[in-house]
Amino acid sequence: MNQGIDLQGSFVNTLVDLGVPVGAAKALWLPLPMVVILIGATVSIFVTVWLERKISAAAQQRIGPEFAGPLGTLQAAADGIKLIFKEDITPAKADPLLFTLGPAIVVIPVFLSYLIVPFGQNLVITDIGVGIFLWIALSSIAPVGLLMSGYSSNNKYSLLGGLRAAAQSISYEIPMALAVLAVVLMSNSLSTIDIVNQQSGYGILGWNIWRQPAGFLIFWIAALAECERLPFDLPEAEEELVAGYQTEYTGMKFGLFYVGSYVNLVLSALIVSILYLGGWEFPLSVSWLASLIGVSETTPWLQVITASVGIMMTLFKAYALVFIAVLLRWTMPRIRIDQLLDFGWKFLLPVSLVNLLLTAALKLTFPVAFGG
Amino acid sequence: MTLAEGVQLVAFGILTAMTLGGALGVVLLDNIVYSAFLLGGVFTSMSGLYILLNAGFVAAAQVLVYVGAVSVLILFGIMLVNKEQPFTPVKRAWIGKTATGGVCIGLFALLATSTLNTPWALSTEVPTGDMATIEIGKHFFTDYLLPFELASVLLLIALIGAIVLARREFIPDVAAGEPESQALQLPERPRELVSSVASSEQDN
Repeated sequence: MNQGIDLQGSFVNTLVDLGVPVGAAKALWLPLPMVVILIGATVSIFVTVWLERKISAAAQQRIGPEFAGPLGTLQAAADGIKLIFKEDITPAKADPLLFTLGPAIVVIPVFLSYLIVPFGQNLVITDIGVGIFLWIALSSIAPVGLLMSGYSSNNKYSLLGGLRAAAQSISYEIPMALAVLAVVLMSNSLSTIDIVNQQSGYGILGWNIWRQPAGFLIFWIAALAECERLPFDLPEAEEELVAGYQTEYTGMKFGLFYVGSYVNLVLSALIVSILYLGGWEFPLSVSWLASLIGVSETTPWLQVITASVGIMMTLFKAYALVFIAVLLRWTMPRIRIDQLLDFGWKFLLPVSLVNLLLTAALKLTFPVAFGG
Repeated sequence: MTLAEGVQLVAFGILTAMTLGGALGVVLLDNIVYSAFLLGGVFTSMSGLYILLNAGFVAAAQVLVYVGAVSVLILFGIMLVNKEQPFTPVKRAWIGKTATGGVCIGLFALLATSTLNTPWALSTEVPTGDMATIEIGKHFFTDYLLPFELASVLLLIALIGAIVLARREFIPDVAAGEPESQALQLPERPRELVSSVASSEQDN
């Protein structure tokens, strides 16, 4: 099935028509999607930071950032510039090599995971077969970086923060993977494109959230825990651990943790919207709307509109989820570490196992509705 | 040579150097924490080699299991124990080191010659690539069913063992009058609890 716009094909064709060899044209195409996604991910930090500041201000009846740019939209840029120009301090007894490497290892897997985030039928960097599994594997690397920065800071708060972060992300990875497994079971594929396609056709009624309500909740809770968002921000609980593994960091190394956490939040929201909220699908089936007004689905202008609506829908769903995450952060108290581990192992894990079992049973019983 | 072949060659060189260098570092470095982090690096570069072999699923599984779980747990173990002991140099340690080195080099030479002399039957089949997930699933439930199930039983045994070890039914109760025994206290400066200080002040 190759519907929609083939940007790569048209780009290569245009260059070949201009007299560039085919190989060179393909090589020129290669970095373009990656650069676009990198820029998109970086811009998403600014948007999310601005949202966080404005929503938290609204939750506390303040105004929030106001003077940097219109409505304070440039506040995050101002913060970023300040972080870049701050002195880069390495504590005297820290391990300089690991201290520098730690933040990088936290950030790189998050950006790599954008490989598999689709914004449309062909709007994805690579549609690899292992798709969503790659994201689960990559998100399991981050604890190594957190442990590294916690250990190398040579500070007991940092070490405790790093250990907590690793314990938390290992505990919540399992329910999250099981929730993903239930979705994969229904769509018969690990590829993110196939997962979205399996939800398409019936508009909002076809989305996985109706078939996987428990899985959606489990995944969202586990994703918040993986992002270390409140109510699960134990690793950097300021009343107990100063700032956890970030305590000794300044300047852009500290900024990298910041970047990593916000990009990870947006990434998790995107993945939730792909797995459960129909990805780039419009709440009303587009093909049905097209047949209603009597336009063929392969009309070029309709395809352009569908693609742009798809990108907007993906981002809209993701940012709606980010909004919920920010509201949760500013309205919920933090839970204790023993409650966190109890909740992960004794509640989420059994529930997600039961959810997986139920999904398998329903798939066998009603193969029509559950992707047999 | 096309672009893809060139990239594969360079990637193979880098990954091999990372794997070998990292593995040597794991064995030779004195600092155990460095060794543990390097082990994670070795596992990651091995998953890169799997990607070069068109085995994406195995590569992702390698990262998930070995980097995300095994090395993190090793690091966890090292950091929780974290017992700093002055290292007393052993007398004539070089004898042991030389012997180990000799055995390792001999083993490597043996394996290398057997690898080079064996007439390998090279498969001409096209790699399955992305379809490998389905093939692996089929093998798990047909001819590799017994090893698969045995592995799950092994994991269950490990799980139960860990729970039994971690679960402490015995909690010593301290009688009201007698002082607390030192055995269960952490080797830190003894500190009085805030609440007990406050209550004793009230008594005065």
